Amino acid sequence: MSDTQERWGIPGTYVFDLALSRQGYAINKMCNSLKFDENREAFKADEEAYMERYGLSEEQKQAIRERDWLRLTQLGGNLFFFLKLGATLGYGLYTIGAQMRGESYEQFMSTRNVPGAT
Amino acid sequence: MGKIVAGIGSSHVPSIGRAYDQQKQTDPAWQPLFDGYEPVKRWLAEEVKADVVILVYNDHGTEFFLDCYPTFALGVADSYAVADEGYGKRPLPDFPGDAAFSEHLANHLVADEFDLTLCQEMALDHGFLTAMPLLWEHDDTAWPVKVVPLLVNVIQHPLPTGQRCYKLGEAIRRAVEAYPEDTRVAVVGTGGLSHQLNGERFGHINEEWDKQWLQRIQDEPRELAALSHKEVMTAAGAEGGEVIMWFVMRGAMTERVEEVHRFYYAPMTTGIGLLALNNSD
Repeated sequence: MSDTQERWGIPGTYVFDLALSRQGYAINKMCNSLKFDENREAFKADEEAYMERYGLSEEQKQAIRERDWLRLTQLGGNLFFFLKLGATLGYGLYTIGAQMRGESYEQFMSTRNVPGAT
Repeated sequence: MGKIVAGIGSSHVPSIGRAYDQQKQTDPAWQPLFDGYEPVKRWLAEEVKADVVILVYNDHGTEFFLDCYPTFALGVADSYAVADEGYGKRPLPDFPGDAAFSEHLANHLVADEFDLTLCQEMALDHGFLTAMPLLWEHDDTAWPVKVVPLLVNVIQHPLPTGQRCYKLGEAIRRAVEAYPEDTRVAVVGTGGLSHQLNGERFGHINEEWDKQWLQRIQDEPRELAALSHKEVMTAAGAEGGEVIMWFVMRGAMTERVEEVHRFYYAPMTTGIGLLALNNSD
């Protein structure tokens, strides 16, 4: 259980409250910058330098190195912002979601009512 | 004087925008959705004939960042740009505003104790864009209605309560009715229904809850608005908590409402709801 789960008590859910937002501010600020093409290029050219520039903690950097979206969420990353990181790295919403559920993309899609509606 | 002539609740989902832009209206996975909106589009064009739409939405990390996040923000501009959400700008015309009407709303709502952030520039993302082309016919350059965007913070808790959103709707009704021009106003509340985009529970939807919502928001909106965020998110998913934006629409309508049309479809990760309401008092 992470702190946000203790605060809210909804299993498998990380409510983005102010405490979590403050914890993940560096992640989200960095991800927000990736809305601009030149920043996406700079990130891809040197991820470590880019993360350093935004002051991410070692734990946060490691989650990004491992493309570990669940961990990134637990550390305060907000999906609406880290989708820009996903887009930079070639990870779409459903790929990210399947990984957070601990499933393959195919397994996740098989749980949907109309998997063609993507 | 101003008059509220329609209340609409509608989900906003980026994949709907992509399907629309890629002209998937007859794709078997998407046709039910586009067909589901068609009667409301016709009703709006042929009977409602609104001059301006107040559309209640949230931004998704497009225009507003967490450095300074408004709880409620009202557009007061002559026009609003279609935002680029990182995949290129959608091929939709920018939106005409109604700055005089927005200014009236701002003056009236702040005097009525709703202390809004006022925005003279506001690029609009899928929170705003999804419903518009499904509800109003447009060509390459123009929309048939003017718009007033009203943003609600549903991203970072503390969110406003459902009751606060309902009361904001009531205040909007008073403001509209105090507007001296003969202006027909539609109010659209967007978001929901059930969905969750974070954690191990990613992809959670609750079709039963959604279907009840579409009825209860008509019959007992105050009881619904009194639910806590935790109760709503437990049932409808963390991002499902954004349904509070429908209360702004519902609060702007009369006590009793008449259902014009209802549609529900849950193909992927969001329970997509559409509800069109008429005032009956």
